[in-house]
Amino acid sequence: MSQGPTTPRESEVIAPGHTLSTVTDKITKIVLSRATPRGWYLGFALAFLLVMVLLASITVLLVEGIGAWGVNVPVGWGFAIINFVWWIGIGHAGTLISAILLLFRQEWRTSINRFAEAMTLFAVACAGIFPLLHVGRPWLAYWLLPYPNTMSLFPQFRSPLLWDVFAVSTYATVSALFWYVGLIPDLATLRDRAKSKPWKILYGIGAMGWRGAARHWDRYETAYLLLAGLATPLVISVHTVVSFDFAVSVIPGWHATIFPPYFVAGAIYSGFAMVLTLAIPLRKIYGLQDFITLRHLQNMAKIVLATGMIVVYGYTMEAFFAWYSANPYEEAMLANRMTGPYAWAYWLLLACNALTPQFLWFKKVRTNVVALFVIALIVNVGMWLERFVIVVTSLSRDYLPSSWDTYSPTRWDWGLYVGTFGLFLALLFLFIRFLPMISIFEMRTLVPTGAAETAETEEHA
Amino acid sequence: MSAPHQHAHRCFGVLAEYGSGSALLAAIEHGKREGFTKMEAYTPLPMHEVGHALGHENDLPKYVLGGGIVGGVVGFGLQYYAAVLHYPTNVGGRPLNSWPSFIPVTFEMTILFAALTAVLAMLALNGLPRPHHPVFSVPGFELASRDRFFLLVPSYDPRFEADRALAVLGATEPLAVNEVPHP
Repeated sequence: MSQGPTTPRESEVIAPGHTLSTVTDKITKIVLSRATPRGWYLGFALAFLLVMVLLASITVLLVEGIGAWGVNVPVGWGFAIINFVWWIGIGHAGTLISAILLLFRQEWRTSINRFAEAMTLFAVACAGIFPLLHVGRPWLAYWLLPYPNTMSLFPQFRSPLLWDVFAVSTYATVSALFWYVGLIPDLATLRDRAKSKPWKILYGIGAMGWRGAARHWDRYETAYLLLAGLATPLVISVHTVVSFDFAVSVIPGWHATIFPPYFVAGAIYSGFAMVLTLAIPLRKIYGLQDFITLRHLQNMAKIVLATGMIVVYGYTMEAFFAWYSANPYEEAMLANRMTGPYAWAYWLLLACNALTPQFLWFKKVRTNVVALFVIALIVNVGMWLERFVIVVTSLSRDYLPSSWDTYSPTRWDWGLYVGTFGLFLALLFLFIRFLPMISIFEMRTLVPTGAAETAETEEHA
Repeated sequence: MSAPHQHAHRCFGVLAEYGSGSALLAAIEHGKREGFTKMEAYTPLPMHEVGHALGHENDLPKYVLGGGIVGGVVGFGLQYYAAVLHYPTNVGGRPLNSWPSFIPVTFEMTILFAALTAVLAMLALNGLPRPHHPVFSVPGFELASRDRFFLLVPSYDPRFEADRALAVLGATEPLAVNEVPHP
């Protein structure tokens, strides 16, 4: 206890030497210290600039209509749906880390769950923008909801697109609840540590008077575990429903039973890559190597590899189905993917998603932070290309050659996409500055002395 | 450790501070032997054995189950009402009550209602939000959210008497014992 924290070995989830107080102080200091790193201002300014691009793109879209985008008659979905699926998939890793790994009592999740959950929320916020704008008249988007109205009409409950409305809005709500409930005890810590009155009051409002009473902790832990148990099937259902948007239709290349599991695996794959993309710079900038150790990075790399292999299995099966079905339209779809106008995207996607993760078999790569970061970025690109290939190649050439057309995005498509990066990063920067990016009370349960202090603390995960 | 005895008849309870969870557990056992039944502990991290020692009941799961069932019924009922009763429409020759198509929304509504119930019931049963509480006025209590453990014998405990509670908790080797003034 007397000697300070030392460098963690690669098998450890927290550096030795930490106590209840050092964990608390180290994480709260990031939030409560007055000095904001210069890099934060720089990063936030850049993100804010991109938010302006987002607003400009939305304005142009609302003024000009959907014609501002590159969508046309066969390719009606374009960037809006590609980006929607991409963002929502990224969000899924946050839920997986916070809920599924909690249920499996994987205690290494503790230092990464908070910002992974924040990532989920912000990714879902970005994802939600696209379908709302894609309906064409976003001011009438509430027509998607069942409510009593003078037209006496209800939405079509037999349509996967309607299922999506329910799945995504439930997902956004439950993710926000889960995140907020996790924050309550930490907000109480910030309330008790904050020096200035306004912040004390603000954090106090968020903490709702939490005081760590044993009776409260009992119900709190039960609620937290139940939320995890509810979020686990929810996250799987969400991407299953997203895949139904494709699989329930009769477009060649979409109408396949492999879609739900293949989409869920792809979502987790891209999500973990995004967690790595964010965690690697964060731990470096804020000196959090004590809490986000090489063990965390290695474990995430292993999950990326495993889910990447499932995704590759999905690609293989897609090709196999097309060939084995002996259906001329499916065969033509496959040939079109491999040699058609978008063949570059298909082969690039295979290079990104099938080849790149293979490096993760080697421990040398998994423990090399720079290599992991680069691989994670490539995987993010690959998963975007996957959605591009699925949406665009199938729609641009479906059945009748007379109705074929090619698709190319306009600058407003790109503006909107790049703009959502701005929204995502701006929210993330604000979160890092004003809220604890690592769950303090859960980190306390990992402290070895905490275990000694609490006699035989039951493993809380 | 010196407490203002002049307000003993108006105090909310007596609060002792400990440096470790094991000291808190020992103090709980001691307090139980002395006949206190309504004690409450405050800890910086969740500790199941403290809840056990204090004998807490937790019926949150029942509420959540109820919330989930209501959500499922509402979810399916909404679709059944819309598709069969309110405005029957023949879509592709499917039966009006084409229930397999109604499962995803039913499922999502079940999860939504159960999750909302879990959070709202947890807060309601805990009596939150309650921005202020008498224990907050005890000096040093802000460490309950950092690294200190506290035990409260409240004035509504049937065996409570300020002087006796001070003596009993004083015998458990606490870092500090304070009377909690009534708000």
